Amino acid sequence: MGVGILVEDLNAWYGTNHTLQDINLHIPANHATALIGPSGCGKSTFVRCLNRMHETNPIARATGVVRMGEVDIYKDASPVEIRRRVGMVFQRPNPFPTMSIYDNVVSGLKLNGFRNRRILDETVERSLKQAALWEEVKDDLKKKSGASLSGGQQQRMCIARALAVDPEVLLMDEPASALDPVSTSKIEDLIFQLKSQYTIVIVTHNMQQAARVAENTGFFLNGKMVEFDSTHKIFTNPKDKRTEDYITGRFG
Amino acid sequence: MDFQTRSMRLNNIRRTAANYFISGLSILATIVVILPLIAILFYLVYKGASSLNFAFFTHIPAPVGEQGGGMANSIVGSGIILTLASLMGIPIGIAAGVYLAEFGRGKPLATAVRFTADVLNGVPSIVMGISVYSLIVVRQNHFSALAGGVALAIMMVPTITRTTEEMLATVPHAIREAALGLGVPKWRTAISVSLRTASPGIITGCMLAFARVAGETAPLLFTAFGNQFWSLKLTEPIAALPLQIYVYAISPYDEWHRLAWAGALVLIVLIMVSVTLVRIFANRGVLKGGS
Repeated sequence: MGVGILVEDLNAWYGTNHTLQDINLHIPANHATALIGPSGCGKSTFVRCLNRMHETNPIARATGVVRMGEVDIYKDASPVEIRRRVGMVFQRPNPFPTMSIYDNVVSGLKLNGFRNRRILDETVERSLKQAALWEEVKDDLKKKSGASLSGGQQQRMCIARALAVDPEVLLMDEPASALDPVSTSKIEDLIFQLKSQYTIVIVTHNMQQAARVAENTGFFLNGKMVEFDSTHKIFTNPKDKRTEDYITGRFG
Repeated sequence: MDFQTRSMRLNNIRRTAANYFISGLSILATIVVILPLIAILFYLVYKGASSLNFAFFTHIPAPVGEQGGGMANSIVGSGIILTLASLMGIPIGIAAGVYLAEFGRGKPLATAVRFTADVLNGVPSIVMGISVYSLIVVRQNHFSALAGGVALAIMMVPTITRTTEEMLATVPHAIREAALGLGVPKWRTAISVSLRTASPGIITGCMLAFARVAGETAPLLFTAFGNQFWSLKLTEPIAALPLQIYVYAISPYDEWHRLAWAGALVLIVLIMVSVTLVRIFANRGVLKGGS
């Protein structure tokens, strides 16, 4: 089951560039939350702060409190522990090219030393079914490289890979922006089904996508969160003039 | 209209001509590069093949004045020295490359290691021989196969280190992020993801380094020393193909000159065979559609 995320006074920097400024936000458990905003507004940086991927860049740093359930992820846990509880799907599908489909899906388990064959088999089937990819690949699991699949299939495999480690939160950084419309709608269907079990945070450039999949939406601009509300409210009756300008296409 | 089509036709002719010209130049350059290699190989076969017989692979060198004899001890000796060199040089070289590419980014130690590797790459092989001579041979008071292996290993390290670093740099950052995002520790990501993805290029680098030192004579003169008799001991002087070829080639006897040619042919063929075998072995288990 998913957990809620509470963010207090989160600030982040790349070098001297202050990319996130005083973000305060509560992301409810087992819901999909969309983050929208123009390029460079800090929304990607924000999700990367939620699993401490931000700090893999040597010039990046972050301050503030991010509470995942009871855990303060910057104080109570190591980055490695946090990333096992928080799955991440990236903008471009990034399968491990040397691994089979099977090994790609259970890579999170195998690379952490887990070897029980029966459980690995079960995990592969469960995760691929959750990602709606099982029927398409079940005959080639160990024969084909993960990189041999189409872009849309690769992205669903990456979602299966993230789900295989049984996370509580799923972060998706523009997961459909490199995909065609058919693959995109498959990914959106998936998000719709998965949010009953996981807390999902999805960054998107596509406002229709946010409207379709998310209960809540946050609007980011220049490193600040301008507005956070129910998706319906953001798109029909935003409080802030800047949000209204953005969703009506007057800039960005 | 008429003018336009004519200028287009002229353009077309010019473009086609330029295409043929540049393609021709590329083919010519390729031939210029490959021709000497083929010439050397043919010349070796021409000069050496006639002296190759069963005894060449089973006998040790005959004493001066006697006919026949072979290079069995040199072939085995080269095998031993190269195995030692690979066992020492390849792990150290790859480990250093992994450090440079995955952990040392922007650190002063990495800059120092990189600089040292580049300098080491340029050190003449005879200097490497003398260094190992004073470090190992002088202390042990005798020449040995081990000293030869160490000398060749040191020569392999810089090539392997730099190739490993370069190959790791071609691994997309997104793949590392995928592993880190799954909660895989950094060291495990470096070994099981980055290194594995880059392995075809790294294997090529190791093979290049291996092939290069396999033909080295100078570093062995002061270390392995050579041996006219059978010796498989790592602590004793040992025969090696390049050394034996060298000794025979500068001798005054025609019979030995012929044997030197045969030895050179065997050396090249053995290098080609081992490199090919490693390639075939490394390509097994590569999946369909992978890279």
